[in-house]
Amino acid sequence: MRIALFVTCLADTLFPDVGKATVTLLERLGHEVEFPAAQTCCGQMHVNTGYQRDALPLVRRYVEVFERGYDAIVMPSGSCAGSVRHQHAMVARRSGDELLARRAEAVAARSYELSELLTDVLKVEDVGAWYPHRVTYHPTCHSLRVLRVGDRPLRLLRRVAGLELVELPDADVCCGFGGTFAVKNADTSTAMLADKMRNVLDTRAEVCTAGDSSCLMHIGGGLSRLRTGIRTVHLAEILASTRETSR
Amino acid sequence: MTFLGLPTAPPGVGHLHAPEPFPAAARQALADSQLRGNLRRATATIRAKRARVVGELPDWEELRAAGEAIKTRTMARLDTYLEQLEEQVTARGGTVHWARDAAEANAIVAGLVKAAGASEVVKVKSLATDEIGLNEALADEGIEAYETDLAELIVQLGDDWPSHILVPAIHRNRAEIREIFLREMSDVDPGLTDDPPALAEAARLHLRRKFLSARVGISGANFAIAETGTLCVVESEGNGRMCLTLPETVITVMGLEKVIPSWADLGVFLQLLPRSSTGERMNPYTSMWTGVTPGDGPQQFHLVLLDNGRTAALADSTGRAALHCIRCSACLNVCPVYERVGGHAYGSVYPGPIGAVLSPLLTGVEGNPTLPYASSLCGACYDVCPVKIDIPSILVQLRARHVEEARREHRLPGPEAITMAAASWVMASGGRYQAAQRAARAGRVLGRGGRIRRLPPPLAAWTGARDAPVPPVMSFRQWWRQEHSSNKGGPG
Repeated sequence: MRIALFVTCLADTLFPDVGKATVTLLERLGHEVEFPAAQTCCGQMHVNTGYQRDALPLVRRYVEVFERGYDAIVMPSGSCAGSVRHQHAMVARRSGDELLARRAEAVAARSYELSELLTDVLKVEDVGAWYPHRVTYHPTCHSLRVLRVGDRPLRLLRRVAGLELVELPDADVCCGFGGTFAVKNADTSTAMLADKMRNVLDTRAEVCTAGDSSCLMHIGGGLSRLRTGIRTVHLAEILASTRETSR
Repeated sequence: MTFLGLPTAPPGVGHLHAPEPFPAAARQALADSQLRGNLRRATATIRAKRARVVGELPDWEELRAAGEAIKTRTMARLDTYLEQLEEQVTARGGTVHWARDAAEANAIVAGLVKAAGASEVVKVKSLATDEIGLNEALADEGIEAYETDLAELIVQLGDDWPSHILVPAIHRNRAEIREIFLREMSDVDPGLTDDPPALAEAARLHLRRKFLSARVGISGANFAIAETGTLCVVESEGNGRMCLTLPETVITVMGLEKVIPSWADLGVFLQLLPRSSTGERMNPYTSMWTGVTPGDGPQQFHLVLLDNGRTAALADSTGRAALHCIRCSACLNVCPVYERVGGHAYGSVYPGPIGAVLSPLLTGVEGNPTLPYASSLCGACYDVCPVKIDIPSILVQLRARHVEEARREHRLPGPEAITMAAASWVMASGGRYQAAQRAARAGRVLGRGGRIRRLPPPLAAWTGARDAPVPPVMSFRQWWRQEHSSNKGGPG
């Protein structure tokens, strides 16, 4: 299966280890991964902040880069996958470009968030990972309520050797990130983050994981400011970890 | 907004506008620890009750789909159903009045109360009348209005404003309520405790005299059934039954989107509403009345159909779904933003997620420019909505409209628009994108111990409470390029 990686602009620029882990994991499972270098950003930030006109060239770029030559497109982000699947055609249609909307729908149908690709397309739950830590999982809002990934990430985590999974109280409540919400409504966002951090701390986990670098950047930024010592690690990095590679 | 063939519909006026931007109002609310505690306890309790009774129904999703379908069908032919409703109400001895906005509705109601020779009215289901500021308008005409919902009474006596659709006094706890009663009720027992039954009994005694003396009752409506002209109010305290049966005259003020075609449709909503709202299988009191019955109950019935921006909302192909709302308030109770800031921060009688879309749709987005951004787009509201209103998508479209209007009126580009346009320009080209990544890596100089503690505005709002990540030495794409050239035997 030819899989194209859409690494997302955030992981590309700030969290390259997430992209590397996604590649490592899929190659270990025997798949060929390609990284089309012309890719940039899904445009979600523009859409969600009201700048749909500025998102249009990004939608077109995503479609042009990924519409030919791949069986599946994978991204280590529920939020970006949500944008590709639920916003791209809408943005194109709203601008009056019906043809682009149809092309976007066709590409979106082959675009997957990582845990979806693994469980639904590659039909694997035990990815052969080893991660000897106490871990709690935060289901990000868009993976949960836009993509409906359900317990797919948990099914993958439960099969990781050495990993002790602890349930996060009020797990399905938003961490307060919300893209530009965190800046436009910083006080409300911070209040939501405080409650999320308290719940993470209550688990006594060493690591908080999720399928989105953006939410992890938010939660991790707060945990770091408070010097809690709890690390945030992307789901892809845990699944890529093995006895041989783990330090 | 002019729509094909439609005259320009006027925007809504009344208690729909935020007096200050949402972020500023939210900041004040967040500083009130009593409020946050009250809200956390109250919303958690209602959430759990709702989840329990919704979980009992194997066909809950089918019911939601049916509710959505009925509302969609009704909105598509709203004019027809409203005319049918008027015809049926009139045929059964009632009188229908059409009000374009708050001022017209208030004038109609004040005129009707005066014509009935009354200087006092009792009220139930007051949300629509709160929207139009009816109590103040009546006071200006020398008419005193008494709220009879317990929570509305607490709000009115406390000279306060509702902060929740279902539980208007959710921001008050029982100690505060006791203080309000002792201060404002002339007939209260001075030994009143803050025991909930004692508080309820004090309100009951206070209200009973009003019920028995008032000659005019004013209500809102949950539903109006077009095929027979029947009005329906659901409630929990019995005050609705009192207001709707004891006075000689009943005046109902109803948003024109409340009409439903038939009794069969009502059956769907009477299952959806109580479970979503109070977390009950069925509400204690359902009052229904059709015109007037000679010699039995009120002998005058007036129905005021209120537009106040609803036609404008109807002309909006995405926003129109917000008119499907049956005011259950389930979205408020699951909203992480509402739970932390409460209803007052929204500056409108319609708070929470539904208020963040409904208020700007009724007033025009320029009348409420910060509300569409008062959400992290987490989607919890959409999941619980009994008529499946896709609130996050409406929020996103309202944000787009806000930006487009600003652009049209040359209020753009501001700093944000420049950032967005620049980001779009950068991301639309691989070369420019990589150049920007190299620039971002310059941010490494800000890092201390693997984190950045302070960034310049507007990102200072981020580093107020969170560290920012230090950009890595190498972007993913640089690593990829290096990796794949070395695989081909190049220098590692």
